Amino acid sequence: MTTKKIVQIGLVTSIFVAAIISFYASGHPDGLEFVAEQVGFLNTAKDSSVAGSPLADYAFAGLENERISVAIAGIIGVLLTAVVSFGLFSFLKKR
Amino acid sequence: MKIPQMHIPDGFINAPVSVLFLAISAFFVFLALRGAKNQLDEKVAPLAGLAAVFIFAMQMINFPVAAGTSGHLIGGALAAILIGPWAGVLAVTVVLIVQALVFADGGLTAMGLNVFNMSILATLGAWYIFRFLQKILPKNRIGFLSATALAAYLSVPISAIGFTLQFALGGTAAITLDKVLVAMVGVHSVIGIGEAIITVLTISAVLSVRKDLVYGASNSKVSLIK
Repeated sequence: MTTKKIVQIGLVTSIFVAAIISFYASGHPDGLEFVAEQVGFLNTAKDSSVAGSPLADYAFAGLENERISVAIAGIIGVLLTAVVSFGLFSFLKKR
Repeated sequence: MKIPQMHIPDGFINAPVSVLFLAISAFFVFLALRGAKNQLDEKVAPLAGLAAVFIFAMQMINFPVAAGTSGHLIGGALAAILIGPWAGVLAVTVVLIVQALVFADGGLTAMGLNVFNMSILATLGAWYIFRFLQKILPKNRIGFLSATALAAYLSVPISAIGFTLQFALGGTAAITLDKVLVAMVGVHSVIGIGEAIITVLTISAVLSVRKDLVYGASNSKVSLIK
């Protein structure tokens, strides 16, 4: 299989995971947040300075439909990460 | 359904310690930028780009563990074994920067703390464990995937210990350290199982189609033909 083909399959898988599977992710607090709550330091958390971002908390601000909201956030996240990472690594590679 | 916040927010750790870890992380990212240059050729570079994208997507999938908590992939072990440790550090760092800046996941002042625990400790830690296990385990596919599984598993409690260290140095809440350590390592010892499963499935998928693309396999004398 060519590298190009693997990258294509990987990108399609990533978009599928971020846009569709993500809706079914567990909504329970993750390990760190759970510990912070149990042990008692969750109240020291402050809102991020970018908490007002239209994509904060992996949702597209203003969209009521959660399924579409998380899908848009996921797709934008995948595309943004792709631009930064493919850009960075193609810049760094040996010429 | 709401995807939970996953990374260290602002406020858990005080400013001086956050700045200290920002400096430490910046130093390691600088080393990674130099190191990756020598490890990335035409063949690996696109795969490195993909690794970051895949990790971003997989981190959105919180899987349930035990009562009332969830875990998600870190991706450090996956990245290190797939594209090499230095490129791996950069891939996870890209993910954390995008998450913090765009998705408000992980505080901006906590960036150095998160990068240190997940991009550096988990990735380089997993790499050295993997390399050590490769030496002592059978030189075949089973041995290779066992080393991958164990390195991925251990990278999660190692990350948790990183946070505990940061909490010891600059935690803003007055809580005894042993409580934090036991809880962090306890929960993350379970989450590590998920990390190991996702990492092994991904690495073995790439191994099956193009084992020459797997950095941890191509740069060793391991025979994967079976």
